[in-house]
Amino acid sequence: MKRHERNSKGRANTNWRAIAVATICFVFVAQAAGQGELRFCLRSEPKTFHPLQVDDDASAAIRYLTGGVLVRVNRQTQQLEPGLALSWQVSKDGREISFRLRSGVAFSDGTPFSAEDVAYTIRQLMDPALHSPTGDAFRSGAGNVDAKVLSPSQISIRFPAQVAGLDRLFDQVAILSEHSPKKEMAVLGPFVVADYKPGATVLLKRNLNYWKTDDQGRKLPYLDSMRLDIQPNRDVEMLHFKRGELDLINSLDSEYFDKLANTSPQLVHDAGPSLDSEQLWFNEVAKAPIPGYKKNWFRSANFRRAISEAINRDDLSRVVFHGHAQPAVGPFSPANKFWFNSRLKPQTYRPDAALKALQSDGFRLENGTLKDKDGNEVVFSIATNAGNKSRESMAVLIQDDLQKIGIHVNVVTLDFPSLIERMTQSFDYEAILLGLTNVDLDPNGEMNVWLSSSGNHQWNPQQKTPETDWEAEIDLLMRTQASSSDASKRKEAFDRVQEIAVEQEPFIFLVNKNALSAISTKVQGAAPVILSPQTFWNAERLTVSPK
Amino acid sequence: MSLWRKLLYVVLGLVLTASVAATWLAPAGYARQYREATDAPPSRTHWLGTDELGRDRFARVLYGTRISLLLAPAAALLSTLIAAMIGGLAGYLGGAWARMAMAVTDLFLSLPWLFLLITARALMPLNVSPLVSVLVTFLLLGLLGWTAAARVLCASAATLRTSDFVRQARAAGLPGPRLFWVHIMPNLWPVLYAQFWISIPVFILSEANLGILGLGVAEPMPSWGSLLKELEGLVSVGEEPWKFVPLILLVVVVTSFQSLLSRQEEIAA
Amino acid sequence: MGSLRWKIAGHALALLATVLLGGLLSATLVRLAPGFDADEEELDPHLNAQSVQALRDARHKDHNVFRFYFSYMKRAAQGDLGTSLALGQPVRNLLRDRIPLTLRLLFAGLGLAWVLSLTLALSAAWLHVPAYDALTTAVGGTFLCVPAAVLVLLSVLWNVSSALAIALIVFPHTWRYTQNLLMKTYSRPHIIAARAKGLGEARILFWHVVPVVAPQLLALAGVSVSMAVGAAIPVEALCGLPGIGQLAWQAALARDLPLLVNITMLVTVVTLLANSSADLIGHMVQRRRA
Repeated sequence: MKRHERNSKGRANTNWRAIAVATICFVFVAQAAGQGELRFCLRSEPKTFHPLQVDDDASAAIRYLTGGVLVRVNRQTQQLEPGLALSWQVSKDGREISFRLRSGVAFSDGTPFSAEDVAYTIRQLMDPALHSPTGDAFRSGAGNVDAKVLSPSQISIRFPAQVAGLDRLFDQVAILSEHSPKKEMAVLGPFVVADYKPGATVLLKRNLNYWKTDDQGRKLPYLDSMRLDIQPNRDVEMLHFKRGELDLINSLDSEYFDKLANTSPQLVHDAGPSLDSEQLWFNEVAKAPIPGYKKNWFRSANFRRAISEAINRDDLSRVVFHGHAQPAVGPFSPANKFWFNSRLKPQTYRPDAALKALQSDGFRLENGTLKDKDGNEVVFSIATNAGNKSRESMAVLIQDDLQKIGIHVNVVTLDFPSLIERMTQSFDYEAILLGLTNVDLDPNGEMNVWLSSSGNHQWNPQQKTPETDWEAEIDLLMRTQASSSDASKRKEAFDRVQEIAVEQEPFIFLVNKNALSAISTKVQGAAPVILSPQTFWNAERLTVSPK
Repeated sequence: MSLWRKLLYVVLGLVLTASVAATWLAPAGYARQYREATDAPPSRTHWLGTDELGRDRFARVLYGTRISLLLAPAAALLSTLIAAMIGGLAGYLGGAWARMAMAVTDLFLSLPWLFLLITARALMPLNVSPLVSVLVTFLLLGLLGWTAAARVLCASAATLRTSDFVRQARAAGLPGPRLFWVHIMPNLWPVLYAQFWISIPVFILSEANLGILGLGVAEPMPSWGSLLKELEGLVSVGEEPWKFVPLILLVVVVTSFQSLLSRQEEIAA
Repeated sequence: MGSLRWKIAGHALALLATVLLGGLLSATLVRLAPGFDADEEELDPHLNAQSVQALRDARHKDHNVFRFYFSYMKRAAQGDLGTSLALGQPVRNLLRDRIPLTLRLLFAGLGLAWVLSLTLALSAAWLHVPAYDALTTAVGGTFLCVPAAVLVLLSVLWNVSSALAIALIVFPHTWRYTQNLLMKTYSRPHIIAARAKGLGEARILFWHVVPVVAPQLLALAGVSVSMAVGAAIPVEALCGLPGIGQLAWQAALARDLPLLVNITMLVTVVTLLANSSADLIGHMVQRRRA
């Protein structure tokens, strides 16, 4: 063999060896980085992939997994952590927030990220024509929001009025790219939407440009992909989970929790009381098309308190939720550690006291039927949304409880749009049993529930002026807490709101459900919490083993 | 009367008697909640166990039988009569009448009647009694459930219209109405019986499904349909076979009805 | 030939008129039903009054049924079937993507349903044994009494095709009618005479029974298409199959007027075609018999 031939052959051999070694390394790294596919269900079709227009749970889940945010509320510690922003500062007057951003970050399609993108996002968010639910949370007063780009990695945003809990609100604001041709589909989060089959599946794949790494310097997320099946039926979801076709059930019904716990206790998780509550309220709208004598009952705090006392909340928790719920104390769950008024005591079940209280108002029991002072039998309906088994069961239990003090209750289950129409437009209802899903810890998120002028002030919405003194007091307290940057002053104000709510019982709070979930043993790194999303809040650090 | 017919009558009689005697057979009633014994298996106190709210299932089956056994056949009879009139007449008259009637029938089959039912619920007061609610439900089902049979009846009547015996009867000067009622209608019994028999369980199940719109039987009153909905929790029902009792009862009653009807039809033929 | 063309044109016109009327009636039903103006998003406490009003205004534009329908017809003539309120996508794309799956499901489900129906009905009519009749009645009765949702869940549990669920929902209806018709026909004097003369069962069936029951069975076949379409809704909704049935259910829950009108018209077309075809073939069979 000639020398130059030996050399070329030798170089060729060296090249092939290098390629082989590189391939082996690549495969090794790829395997180490690729940690499976996580599969779970969305309970409904996502209505939008535009992060600023999210208003349903399914879209919110996708936004959480794909959206990059400036700051993130750690769902486990409930503390605010840096995201795309390295640091931030809120001004003393609560109207301005400045961010110092990470550099060297790119969107999923490679477009560089800078402060201009944040400014663009804020402009979109606050566009009144968009009617963004996320944007509405920032609207504290009339006037424009001014987003000033100080440098590629610094931005200052000024609001026309103080925004309570300003920094935490940015947990819900996924940053959009101003320059990317992919518009809102170019993302900064750990995953990117790879495929969407309407009615069937949403497939998320790892965002190869995701900026975050773990403590060992490995790129996140660990998972290759996530497959989200669209499945509203919980029986079918459970069947798939039991067959191993799903890796987790994010929100598990108590009935299924117990059945799974009997056979496979390692799969189920009870993270304790969630922020959600179930409540009953009476129609106090003056123009409601219900008999005048019934309006008089419902507008009486004494009547509402008596009803509250006559409901056995322990039985609701035990029978309907199989012990995976706690009697509610007031507007906020004890799981909301900072904002919950710990001075409040749970309502005890006292039907005799309830009857006495009603009798003091002129009600009397005749042959097992309660009548008011004018001789009208106390009969009213409780409407709730059909298809929610636990609410239907609660209504039946309440019907039984109130029957014991001579009150006849008709349980009516309606389809949700019909129920909403009665609740918000025709006001043709007597009592409604519904739940409140709390996403925010901050009471400012419920501003539109407690302000008497608001549309979501369910028992008597859109009052021109507060019709009762206690509603006027709540209005004042809510505005006080919204305009203060002192956490202790805000807490004091909202504590008083909770006390008034318990005294006046516009909402009869029933139970706080526990946060239940089911997770396959194949999933590593899961640590279910009470804040949404309970099971995949740390999706970027989850892995799924093959067996 | 054959032994088989006697047996069928006995079965139906027993079911009817048990439902009428529910007050004595299940004195605790269908609404009482034994909250310390929810989802309990069968025992001496609760022969079919209790449901998820601790209500005695045996009592609920008995009381539910009253509602379903009385109202579902009534609604089935209504839908059968409507189908007979519309389908039978259209087929008998033929021509443009038949085309128009069948176009209306096809339209009826296609429309989303769900919204009519939602409207019907909205027109009823919220505090309507459970009995009125279930009566209205079965009435609506009867008024809406005739379309499939009407089409088949139209085809049957059209065939009969051109048959020899009808031609002969017409030639003999028989008036139209008599021709229709005496010679056409009796030959439509196979379809009419089928329609009646199918409608009973279909309406029983539909009544339960209409609960999603606020129609149907209201809590705590039970019906077979609402009891059968327990089977939708398939994940656990396999371990709780007593939950199949309402289904078995419905199958037995429906099968008995059909067998008796078939015998009746053979005797009439 | 000319009169045949006129006849066909007349039928086509009648079909079109029925479909258009169906669309208008469905729009009216949806619009008048309570909950039309209601949007679940209104309950979001984050939304301010202006945003809530914007949601209501968006729904308000479809308030007048006739105006909506007229503008819908104008756009439909240009191929634009509107945009789904619930899904935010063009209705044409939604229907185009989902029709094939539903068609496959219906085809397979109906085929299986008729095979089951005819097998049970024919065997009962041939044998004419009371015990066997009771058995088939019990089998058919059982499937008639089992809630559709349970049949669907069973199909998921046993990992079988959803078409089987549709078949099991539809076949008890078709079987009962078929069995009654066949038994009635088999008890006719001319069949008894044919048997007495030693004619084979196959010949009796195809020459003497089928021509008699064909018009009714064909009418039933046409109606069974509507039954299958109705069955497709819970099957697709529960099995998570992205077909027209699932779309119809989502549209109904959301009071999605554009989608519901289009789906109704599609179902009307399918129903009319199925039943008209059944009628046509039935006429042809009768003519041949005559």
